[in-house]
Amino acid sequence: MRSYFELRRHPGLEWAGLALVAVALIALPWVLADIGTAWVRITNLAILYCFLALGLNIVVGFAGLLDLGYIAFYGVGAYVYALLASPQFGLHLPFWVILPLGAGLACIFGVLLGAPTLKLRGDYLAIVTLGFGEIIRIFLNNLSSPFNLTNGPQGITLIDPFRIDGFSFATTQRVLGQTLSSPIKYYYFLLAVLLVVIVINLRLQNSRIGRAWEAIREDEIAARAMGINTRNMKLLAYAMGASFGGVAGGMFSAMQGFISPESFVLVESIMVLSMVVLGGMGNVFGVVVGALLLSYVPEVLRYTVGPVQQAVLGRTLIDPEVFRMLLFGLALVLMMLFRPAGILPSALRKRELQARTRE
Amino acid sequence: MAQRPDNRGAEPTAPIVDTLIQQLVNGITLGSVYAIVALGYTMVYGIIQLINFAHGEVVMIGAMVAYTVIAALVGAHLPLPPLAILVIATLCAIPACMAVGFTMERVAYRPLRRAPRLAPLITAIGLSIILQNLALIIWSRSPLPYPQIIDTVSYHLTPHANGATITNVQVGIICLSIVMMGALLLLVYRTKLGIAMRAVAQNSQVAGLMGIDINRVISLTFVIGSGLAAVAGVMDGTYYGVAHYQMGFILGLKAFSAAVLGGIGNLGGAMLGGLLLGVIEALGAGYVGDLTNLCHLSGWSSSLAQRCADDPHLAVFGSNYQDVFAFIVLILVLVFRPSGLLGERVADRA
Repeated sequence: MRSYFELRRHPGLEWAGLALVAVALIALPWVLADIGTAWVRITNLAILYCFLALGLNIVVGFAGLLDLGYIAFYGVGAYVYALLASPQFGLHLPFWVILPLGAGLACIFGVLLGAPTLKLRGDYLAIVTLGFGEIIRIFLNNLSSPFNLTNGPQGITLIDPFRIDGFSFATTQRVLGQTLSSPIKYYYFLLAVLLVVIVINLRLQNSRIGRAWEAIREDEIAARAMGINTRNMKLLAYAMGASFGGVAGGMFSAMQGFISPESFVLVESIMVLSMVVLGGMGNVFGVVVGALLLSYVPEVLRYTVGPVQQAVLGRTLIDPEVFRMLLFGLALVLMMLFRPAGILPSALRKRELQARTRE
Repeated sequence: MAQRPDNRGAEPTAPIVDTLIQQLVNGITLGSVYAIVALGYTMVYGIIQLINFAHGEVVMIGAMVAYTVIAALVGAHLPLPPLAILVIATLCAIPACMAVGFTMERVAYRPLRRAPRLAPLITAIGLSIILQNLALIIWSRSPLPYPQIIDTVSYHLTPHANGATITNVQVGIICLSIVMMGALLLLVYRTKLGIAMRAVAQNSQVAGLMGIDINRVISLTFVIGSGLAAVAGVMDGTYYGVAHYQMGFILGLKAFSAAVLGGIGNLGGAMLGGLLLGVIEALGAGYVGDLTNLCHLSGWSSSLAQRCADDPHLAVFGSNYQDVFAFIVLILVLVFRPSGLLGERVADRA
């Protein structure tokens, strides 16, 4: 990270910058709420995508294992929360009990996926994980008979919001003379968790485990020769990535109040993977930038593509959603052709380049 | 065991053997289509060790183009026999798909031939998304119904009145697949181009030194695979009677599973894998409902027996799990025999 933050040489400047960012982040929801509450919700979803992208980054970016079924873990986490906190089974457990449970179950699924695929590499792994993701989705879709577990394609409704004693995240309150709406409450909660997750990721990357992953990614045989237990390390990557996904899924469930298998389709997996790739595989900040970019650009398009076409052509020729997907596909292709390392390339490459110039 | 009321009414039920034969016929038909698509995957993999993720979309484009031509010809009321319409439609779909395949290789894969493996995979996903959404814009979001120009004729395979049958469409699909596979084998093993393809597959550098234009051979491989995909698209559209802009994705995945099952990079393997996968899927979808029917356990629990009295088909897994089988086969093959049935070991190289 050092290379990005040359400010580090001036600690005062660095602190001032951090304080500015903090103030901006705290003020952000109020500014957005003025434009429209929808934008606060969009921001919340963007933060959720950051969680997902960071979780997938552990698997793809750190350990170099391509996973195209990542959204399945998100789905597992979401369904665990939905089943344990909704009228579906009449259970209403508090969220601090369910989130770890969801993370744990997702983690088990991660290991279940990881164990048989340890020997596979590259594109084979991608397709097996893709198949795994589809299997989970098909099960979510069909586990409504003979015993109604997931309520099938109709999904689960009336999921409890987060609640701490009397303080519910779903209602609007007046605190200190300010109206605190539900999305804003969630925003602060998510922001706090995001900071924790980013710190965990940064610490992981520079830890013994992170370096082991890096070694496996660069050359698995050499890594094993250096005494790294590649099997355990790979499983650990799957497990950690999956549990991040599980936690994000639980929060998604609570925020939306409704989930169905529709939310956990392959396109979502690809979307998260693209966030990682576009942002810069292996670079925590790059991944966050990628996630934010791919969350906001489609929303901006949603509000611009239709009206612009109306104005220029007199009718809506291309649906904004289709346009978004077209751009997205194009971005993937062009990115790979012209800037394969992403918008913010990983620190490793930077470090290599610096080392070379210093010599 | 509880009494199982026959809910099929007065209609005489087909004997078990007939049901089995029927599933096999359906499975082989489906498998022929898979095999043709799988050939496209396996040819490309054999030559440049790349999984062309967007191959399924080429099949979709083939089905869509053929739909447009058929609909136009039917709408024009020309005095053409139905078979001629179908042939014309296929002949239009083939060059269209070949163009798509050629462009794909040129734009997205050739520049990345020396890049890390992740790169072409991601461009392939990008291409897949682009092709799907272009198809959505050009054609429609909803499934397009193929005009039913061919009168389906069923032939009885057994003497039972309600027994197994095979339709003329099924016969056509199976025969055409066999002809195409034969032609492809002839091309690869008996022509100069085939020798060049195999040479590039073995060692492209040395092949280049021998005066083979590697880029041309690779382009041609994509073009031939796409041509096969076009025919598969028309077959699929005619068989199921619909074309949809997302049809290529799942078909492509299954065909890929078939290619891996047979041993990727191996032409015979793709054919065998395709047929096997089709049969596995048909048998799985046909029998999993009966096999996992909880009513067999009615003797064990009275509440279960009660529910079974209302509905004798209390299956844990029904035919709605059909798509799962291909993936399970894929995962099992990759875990236990990554080289596939007929192939050499490749998973480590991948």
